[in-house]
Amino acid sequence: MRANVWSGRNTVQVENVPDPKILNSRDAIVKITSTAICGSDLHLYDGYIPTMKKGDILGHEFMGEVTDIGRDVGNLKVGDRVVVPFPIACGNCNACRAELYSCCENSNPNAGIAEKLMGHPTAGIFGYSHMTGGYAGGQAEAARVPFADVGPIKIENGFTDEQVLFLSDIFPTGYMGAEMCDIQRGDVIAVWGAGPVGQFAIASAKMLGAERVIAIDHVDYRLRMAVEKAGADETINFEEQPDVVEQLKLLTAGRGPDACIDAVGMEAEHGHGPIHAYDRVKQAARLETERPHAIREAVMACRSGGIISVIGVYGGLIDKFPIGAVMNRSLTIKSGQCHVQRYMRPLLERISNGEIDPSFVVTHRMELGKAPEGYETFKHKRDECVKVVLKP
Amino acid sequence: MNQNDTLIRVNGSGSGADAKRAVLTDERKLAELLGWASLGLGLPEVASPGRFDRLIGVRPDPKPRAITVVACGLRELAAAAGILTLARARPVGWLWARVAGDALDLALLTQALRNRPERPARLAGAIGAVVAISAADVYAAIQNSRHKQENSPATEEQPMDVKAAITVRRSPEEVYAFLHDFQNLPRFMYHIESVKPGAGGRWHWKAKAPLGSLEWDAEVTEDRLNELIAWRSVENSKITNSGRVQFSPAPRDQGTEIRLELHYDAPGGPLGDALAKLVAQGRTPQAKDDLRRLKQAMETGEVVRSDASPEGATASRLLKQRPAQPLDTEDAQSSARHMERSYV
Repeated sequence: MRANVWSGRNTVQVENVPDPKILNSRDAIVKITSTAICGSDLHLYDGYIPTMKKGDILGHEFMGEVTDIGRDVGNLKVGDRVVVPFPIACGNCNACRAELYSCCENSNPNAGIAEKLMGHPTAGIFGYSHMTGGYAGGQAEAARVPFADVGPIKIENGFTDEQVLFLSDIFPTGYMGAEMCDIQRGDVIAVWGAGPVGQFAIASAKMLGAERVIAIDHVDYRLRMAVEKAGADETINFEEQPDVVEQLKLLTAGRGPDACIDAVGMEAEHGHGPIHAYDRVKQAARLETERPHAIREAVMACRSGGIISVIGVYGGLIDKFPIGAVMNRSLTIKSGQCHVQRYMRPLLERISNGEIDPSFVVTHRMELGKAPEGYETFKHKRDECVKVVLKP
Repeated sequence: MNQNDTLIRVNGSGSGADAKRAVLTDERKLAELLGWASLGLGLPEVASPGRFDRLIGVRPDPKPRAITVVACGLRELAAAAGILTLARARPVGWLWARVAGDALDLALLTQALRNRPERPARLAGAIGAVVAISAADVYAAIQNSRHKQENSPATEEQPMDVKAAITVRRSPEEVYAFLHDFQNLPRFMYHIESVKPGAGGRWHWKAKAPLGSLEWDAEVTEDRLNELIAWRSVENSKITNSGRVQFSPAPRDQGTEIRLELHYDAPGGPLGDALAKLVAQGRTPQAKDDLRRLKQAMETGEVVRSDASPEGATASRLLKQRPAQPLDTEDAQSSARHMERSYV
């Protein structure tokens, strides 16, 4: 089959690879009909996630048709149409029983590496480095899905692929970001990053009853989408208004947002020259793994007693983190790779109810063979790109 | 293999405290004796150099006194510290330092003899004593050096104690029952090829080694229902090892806490590298991986496999993983036997 493989920093290519096979009795093989490039794939593309290997198949947002199942998969049958969640979770361990699927204790065969880097191991993830298991990803014509009796959700109504594909990652991720804000009546929520995850965080914050949502980015067309499609009430373009913290104080009459969502993560762009340069140099020299500007700003902006909800991806260590502000102003930090399995059913219901149509983020559709072009377009935000969907 | 070249374990009941007691070999004993001799000489030389000098027949003037403190006393104390504490396992360097110190002592004493000493007989006695000690030092240094050469660095390990623990979402009864049948161990301990029941309640272990395999017999030393299993290799095993695994209920309904302890001896001698590598696999990361696979097998039914590590990952080959791509048919078949390793 054909698959999009990582072959070094800023390089992906579509190659012929062997077809996936059942390796465990709870596996399924899915013939992929739609697969997307995620913002977090860009962290791999840019070379900032360690433990990548040349030839790794990328991709963790995919859906398709079941073509083979292992002997212990009772809930699926060949021909079923499924969306596959990006974390691989066994459903049996204590983490899974607590619905902390992205912290599954069994699904990462390389738990030893993850434990070294993070203190404790994390779940396996499709196409997302060897630290998360070394699983072949879904930017391919087919994929092996472990624990198919736990993860994939059957799609039985007549939705288009694009309406349900994002149940695999970015919709639940944005939703969990908003849910962690514990939104109360009258709350103002600020969202850093108006990329695909940020769009869903904004839309979800509105769905969960936020009074006002403020979107922060420096890309005009994305801020426009945040207002027109996701439902943001206000925007801050930090290229025009670099002092985001001060802007937020003006917008909230000095209080600050009740909760701040970081939907940016480790490769923040920012207008502030010296600080950005500092992080850029340290990150390039591998002295810190992150450029953590968004979260620094979120901490400084948040009202006292408020919540910082981190769904942007971080990989390791950051410098100059304002822990003093967190401590002295009673802030709470909540975070996590999304526990997608927890949200797929309720969010599919919201799609069925017509509360949201996630396909609004799609700006580019390409054949799988054009994946390298898709990565470049997405990375450099060419042609007003927000989300690229690949068709095998 | 010469048993005297190795540390012989005294392993009475198989418990951790006993396992750590080791008998020192002859040349180590001699080294240790010389270390104490250094302490015995160094202390009076530093504490009361005047009296010491008088004792060995040297006139207690300020200059010899200073030489006694600095060149002799402190030197002896350093040697004692090195041999008895800092490099207790491998005191070779310190022993040769003692030989050099003996030469210095002899030079100083000879010099003193030329300076018309107060009591030449005492001084001559002191020189005789130093000559005798020098002989012992040279002998000990040579013996210990030879011992060092016979062991490659990798096999110079101390007996290894490995501890690892994990919580498994199964009852102590289930975990005990699974582990009580030692034949199940190779399902999750990948460096163990097989464990089979043998005569007299013993178990015959077979482990993968770089040059073929290693085999030994082990006996169960303690067995408490749903609580504990302990074992140790029988006498004259090629690889001296013992282990115990304890089970206790985890708080709330989180299953069973499993605590594993393994003790290995890495003997020197002809098996050298092969043994060392095998034993190295028993180190903590390996034990942790073993427990993770045990957990996978007991909680999910199987050892979990990814494309990069189709046989289940091991700490020792993290750097050698395949890319995350499906296996070709041949590889898939050759690793298919692991599919049979299911728990349920």
